[in-house]
Amino acid sequence: MADPDRFTPLPAQAPPSSSAGPLAWVRANLLSSPLNVAMTLGVLYLLVSIVPGIIDWAILKATVSGDGPNACDATEGACWTFIRLRFDFFIYGFYPEPERWRVDVVLGLLLLVVGPQFLSRFPGKKWIGLFGLTAFPLIVAMLLMGGLFGLPEVETGKWGGLMLTLVLSYVGIVAALPIGVALALGRRSTMPVIRAICVIFIEIWRGVPLISVLFMASVMLPLFLPEGVNFDKLLRALIGIIMFQSAYMAEVVRGGLQGIPKGQYEAADALGLGYWKGMGLVILPQALKMVIPGIVNTFIALFKDTTLVLIIGLLDVLATVQASIVDPAWGNVATEGYLFAAFCFWVFCFGMSRYSQSLERKLHTGHKR
Amino acid sequence: MKTLVSLTTAALATVGLMAAPAQAAETLNAVKERGEMICGVSTGLPGFSLPDDKGNWTGLDVDTCRAVAAAVLGDATKVKFIPLTAKERFTALQSGEIDMLSRNTTWTHTRDTSLGLNFAGVNYYDGQGFLVSKSLGVTSAKELDGASVCIQSGTTTELNLADYFRLNGMNYSPVVFDTSDQTVQGFSAGRCDVLTSDQSQLYALRTKLDDPNSAVVLPEVISKEPLGPVVRQGDDEWFNIVKWSLFAQLNAEEMGITSANIDDNMKSENPSVQRLLGTSGDMGAKLGLSADWAYNIVKQVGNYGEMFERNVGKDTPLAIARGLNALWTEGGIQYAPPIR
Repeated sequence: MADPDRFTPLPAQAPPSSSAGPLAWVRANLLSSPLNVAMTLGVLYLLVSIVPGIIDWAILKATVSGDGPNACDATEGACWTFIRLRFDFFIYGFYPEPERWRVDVVLGLLLLVVGPQFLSRFPGKKWIGLFGLTAFPLIVAMLLMGGLFGLPEVETGKWGGLMLTLVLSYVGIVAALPIGVALALGRRSTMPVIRAICVIFIEIWRGVPLISVLFMASVMLPLFLPEGVNFDKLLRALIGIIMFQSAYMAEVVRGGLQGIPKGQYEAADALGLGYWKGMGLVILPQALKMVIPGIVNTFIALFKDTTLVLIIGLLDVLATVQASIVDPAWGNVATEGYLFAAFCFWVFCFGMSRYSQSLERKLHTGHKR
Repeated sequence: MKTLVSLTTAALATVGLMAAPAQAAETLNAVKERGEMICGVSTGLPGFSLPDDKGNWTGLDVDTCRAVAAAVLGDATKVKFIPLTAKERFTALQSGEIDMLSRNTTWTHTRDTSLGLNFAGVNYYDGQGFLVSKSLGVTSAKELDGASVCIQSGTTTELNLADYFRLNGMNYSPVVFDTSDQTVQGFSAGRCDVLTSDQSQLYALRTKLDDPNSAVVLPEVISKEPLGPVVRQGDDEWFNIVKWSLFAQLNAEEMGITSANIDDNMKSENPSVQRLLGTSGDMGAKLGLSADWAYNIVKQVGNYGEMFERNVGKDTPLAIARGLNALWTEGGIQYAPPIR
């Protein structure tokens, strides 16, 4: 029995429903003022009038089965049969069918290399990353092009679809970052010749649209080359993209370098570190960390810019979709095709964006406000 | 877009002429040495050059390339197709990146004379036409006064349209779109009464309507668009090969030789059939080819009629009638010089 003199508090009551719980949340966030009430109702109305239609079209009334254009004759919804039947073409382009396992191997390797970078702890992660930036592109090039170790050669003209998009952006990203860092350092160099070269390079490439760079590389360049000298169209496009993006990257990195207080440079000097050691051990790690959002922004822009290779007749994932939706055998499948292309781009861009956020959190060392 | 293209190409022409020195007989040797012919096609044009589910190229322009490969290498599959945009097609040919261009290209005076190129014949006679909804009850383009017309921007289509309406004293309001699929969406949504484009493309666009039978292509053709394969100027031997590959297909159709009955025709007593198929005479040698050059073309690719029906004919979704593209003996204007 409890001591009557002793004070026993009443059991705590649940907070009133007006200040906690779902109802309170709704009141506070959706219905807090007449304007908010009106906006909530408006949005609700839009959702109710749009969403069922989309679900109806994309899922309930959609057709997935069938093995030809006739499968979609009676359907009122989306014709996903089209995407299913053309899927291989969207992914591999003109890559010969018996050799497509090589693309699969490359995509698997890519997952193995990139995947661990998303995990916070993974044994040997750094080495995997290093492998991804150095040896991996060489292995990929060897596998995709063939001509070695008994693999039949597949010329780059046959590359296409999502695979081409990934090749262009991966090589672009891997090459543009180091070149960009070098250019940024060069632009801040005290040596006038190096500085001038870097400034001219950056300003020229940044001053022209990518579409004209690609056009020059594909249309003008062959005319100036000696007769019979023809170098690979894909290589020309790649060099154009790398030059263009490294100029942008240089400016992003330079922003980071300028954000480092002078004291850090002086501290590096005071420690007796030379230029390269000071940059590599003190300045760049801080500078690059600060500009991760900018760097990833450039990567995402690069990934989406690769669609411009369409104008030089390379069929990336968007171009293969566009070439397929005009096929008269199929009815109007433009919406399905473009949705598929948009989904491909979204998956990779969103992935990059998530990776950059996790990287920022991990490298956060108290600078963040 | 075509005007922009012609400006660019005109500007490039001087450069192109410098970059295309005497290449006499070089192309044939290069192709034979390589064991493969390189042919420029479009990046995706229904009926002419379009990749199928497996990524294989199909179409009339594609088959025109295959015929040349069959004649030169004896194997119609030994072609490498390079998809080209309208802007880069002539440069690719001038710079030697491709051996021939078969990309829905209209034969015009400017292109033939100032680009250092030669047109090697016409594999399709096209022309600009009109697509209207059946419910409109229009049977002739002359009744289109006051109509709103869907067009793709920046093409010569726009100029032809303006000329035609001015010439006939009619008014129209243009509704301009950027790409062909937007144009057809606009037409389908009722933004305009009429859609205008090259006729072969009108048939392709019509298949994208909700009900393709609800629209008809009017009989009037308001421009001449002879489309054909193109080669570099200065290599007459190669020019002859491309030209006569197409003529061989036309002659074969005229003689009634198809890929199915060609082996029976090898025993034919008809001298012109014998000359075509190489059982007598030395027609192949005169082109620098083997005696069975035309046999290979017809056996592997078919005669012109087969090629037409397979890609754009009445059993395909495009369902285009032969019209101008019928043989001269059947009311069309496809006419090939004799093989003699």
